[in-house]
Amino acid sequence: MMEIRIRLNGKNVEDHIEANLLLIDFLRRHGCRSVKRGCETSNCGLCTVLMDGSPVLSCSVLAARADGHQVQTLEGLQEEAEQFVGFIADQGADQCGFCNPGFVMNTIALLRENPDPTDDEIRAYLAGNLCRCSGYDGQLRGIRNYLDSRRGSNDSIA
Amino acid sequence: MINIQNYVRAGSLEEAYRLNQNRQNRVLGGMLWLKTGKGNVHTAIDLCGLGLDTIEETEEQFSIGAMVPLRRIELHEGLNAYTKGAVAAAVRDIVGVQFRNLATVGGSIWGRFGFSDVLTVFLAMETEVELYQGGIMPLERFAAMNYDRDILVRLIVKKTPGEFVYRAMRNQRTDLPVIACALSRTGEEYKTVVGARPARAMVVRDQRGLLSGGLTEDCIRTFAGYVAETVPTGSNTRGSAAYRTHLIRVLTERNLLELGGMG
Repeated sequence: MMEIRIRLNGKNVEDHIEANLLLIDFLRRHGCRSVKRGCETSNCGLCTVLMDGSPVLSCSVLAARADGHQVQTLEGLQEEAEQFVGFIADQGADQCGFCNPGFVMNTIALLRENPDPTDDEIRAYLAGNLCRCSGYDGQLRGIRNYLDSRRGSNDSIA
Repeated sequence: MINIQNYVRAGSLEEAYRLNQNRQNRVLGGMLWLKTGKGNVHTAIDLCGLGLDTIEETEEQFSIGAMVPLRRIELHEGLNAYTKGAVAAAVRDIVGVQFRNLATVGGSIWGRFGFSDVLTVFLAMETEVELYQGGIMPLERFAAMNYDRDILVRLIVKKTPGEFVYRAMRNQRTDLPVIACALSRTGEEYKTVVGARPARAMVVRDQRGLLSGGLTEDCIRTFAGYVAETVPTGSNTRGSAAYRTHLIRVLTERNLLELGGMG
């Protein structure tokens, strides 16, 4: 067993863990049930969280490696997510909902890095988020509508 | 998945090297390929605390630490200005951003995987590797070596003036490549590299001087045919050997056309 300390969603969390424990299991153990296990091959993006602000696959990070780092899950980013998830729901693109937390987390990372992406840039950034319902077009339309609405409100302010 | 019994964040390269002499121990890269394996690891050796996650650029070279994630080389302005975007082109379809934030240059190069875009593109440049015990050697030599218990510290990419192009064929974006082809022209030398054969990437030079008279459509076709005949290919679930050989010809031709301003 080893002791680690992670700043999780703005709070310090300490725990004794086994060396083998993955970050996804650490997070779920500490109440972050939005983080889902999907493919087990590091391909689907379901388990996406932000580590020091960068999106990573929590299924492929040892909890021990996250020691001393900041980790954010959807539970800690509700306000930021609320800005655009309604637009995705309006397209019916949330579908079964299983991929949504990982998809939303990576969309947050995209919009922080590139606040006004083109459709191709959105597709490229979200290529690592697989949707079993194949709702990709709806997801893209939802993000596009959000960006357009934001631009519209900025224009009206200007 | 593998079963890791102990975890050590190495405090020095010496400590990492010493731990790695035990065959039951493993050095962690991004842990993405390692995770898909089976069996026990007595001690996972993490290099993440050794400051190997930076790219240093001087007038002569880039020094790329073994723990630099692929996403960082994808976005590095200097590296992509030097390679005219070839490095970004090589890694941008490797799964997704989240994957590339974890996968490391060192893990990719050390693995010398038979599907590697990373090995393929760096072989096209004048690249050296620095090993903790083995010192500095050309990447081409390292790529042909057997696995040992050394530690890969960094890559050194010399800023030899040149031009670079990269193309890969995938059945689907984010999948492993069916074939990967990089091309460079430094001075008078043309070097094409073929990866995902599916075997370790292989360098082919213009030993017959097929391109020595300059790039014309005829000589480009001839050289592309020569590369396709020279490089051994194999079959797997992503494509047959014959399909790969065909793709080598097509991608090499397109790379040369682009380099010659005809693409």
